[in-house]
Amino acid sequence: MFKGLQCVFTGLGHRVIEGVWRIGAGARLFSYIGFYLFESFKRPRLIVREIFATGVLSLLIILVSAFFVGMVLGLQGYNTLQKYGSSEAIGVLVALSLVRELGPVVTALLFAGRAGTAITAEIGLMKATEQLSAMEMMAVSPVARVIAPRFWAGVISMPILAALFSMVGVLGGYFVAVPIIGVDSGAFWSQMQASVDFRDDIVNGVIKSVVFGVVCTMIALFEGYDAPPTAEGVSRATTRTVVNSSLAVLGLDFILTAFMIGA
Amino acid sequence: MERTTIDLWVGVFVALGLAAIFGLALKVGNLTSSNIGETYTVTAAFENIGGLKPHAPVKSAGVVIGRVDGIVFDSKDYEAKVTIKLDKRYEFPKDTFANIYTAGLLGEQYIGLEAGGEETVLKNGDKISHTQDAVVLEKMISQFLYNKASDTKSSETTKAAE
Repeated sequence: MFKGLQCVFTGLGHRVIEGVWRIGAGARLFSYIGFYLFESFKRPRLIVREIFATGVLSLLIILVSAFFVGMVLGLQGYNTLQKYGSSEAIGVLVALSLVRELGPVVTALLFAGRAGTAITAEIGLMKATEQLSAMEMMAVSPVARVIAPRFWAGVISMPILAALFSMVGVLGGYFVAVPIIGVDSGAFWSQMQASVDFRDDIVNGVIKSVVFGVVCTMIALFEGYDAPPTAEGVSRATTRTVVNSSLAVLGLDFILTAFMIGA
Repeated sequence: MERTTIDLWVGVFVALGLAAIFGLALKVGNLTSSNIGETYTVTAAFENIGGLKPHAPVKSAGVVIGRVDGIVFDSKDYEAKVTIKLDKRYEFPKDTFANIYTAGLLGEQYIGLEAGGEETVLKNGDKISHTQDAVVLEKMISQFLYNKASDTKSSETTKAAE
């Protein structure tokens, strides 16, 4: 009885200590990246190469999903709006939901699955094969050489991908609404322009995607850097990247929306 | 991969991203229509603006000729003071009428200007003195119900008199 209780408390204590330790280690890694800010922008070639790996190679999945999301929004929106005789408002519905929410959030989720996992696996394997230790032996900081360029690449890529997602999604909605369903093209664009505000909707969407870019890339980098140097450790770290990034993005989205709407 | 190929693709990627933000701002957002070149500002006071918001369009004969710039509450007269930016190309007589209309049954509200007949025109900083408030649906319904009730009452009294 007493022994069982002790076991419960030991387990709880262990988890709390590990959680606090991981938060501390993550914060330390983050501050290191900030510390090497100047150094990493002195060698932009490293960042450019990482933008290619995280951003350009994610383009296909982002654009294709955006087009389909936009088309589905168009169909579903039309189905409901036509009951109220205002099917022209479909443009507003598609544009607002994409620019405010779906653009940044779905891009971040796809980004975590497409690019985040790649980052974690790459860094985890670099650690497992002791490439990072080898760099330290040569007095090259692995944070400056490996971590920081990937971080900045993720932060730069995410808003670009989210903006492309929103734009292509709107085109997908247009494709369903105007040629297929037969909504008037002028009404589609003009109603959209009348109710989408540049500052309140588009800029807020960009701010969201920048925050998601920081969070997703940071989680992927930290999980890789923190992974146990075994095959199992890397695989677990990759799983944790997807789970933690997705949860962080959805939770943060709620907080950011609450602030932006000013509730 | 070749260094220049990577550079090229990243360049294309960044350019596409900027084009997307630019496209969103111009095609989806109202950035173009909110700054219509050179403008002049006039004000109008309304007792009730209903759901009018900043950036709402100002139309005359159905054509957008300006935007609502700002709405403040005037605590001296207990009225809403609406600042309107009008396109410099269009001039309006001093006795122009400003009404608040609703686009469709549930649409957004906008200001409609109806030109008067005076010779002098509105200049920067002038005030439109003829205004008509937004229609408040509750007020209309209660008025309608009140009229209906008084109608039935009067018909009952005439019946009783017969």
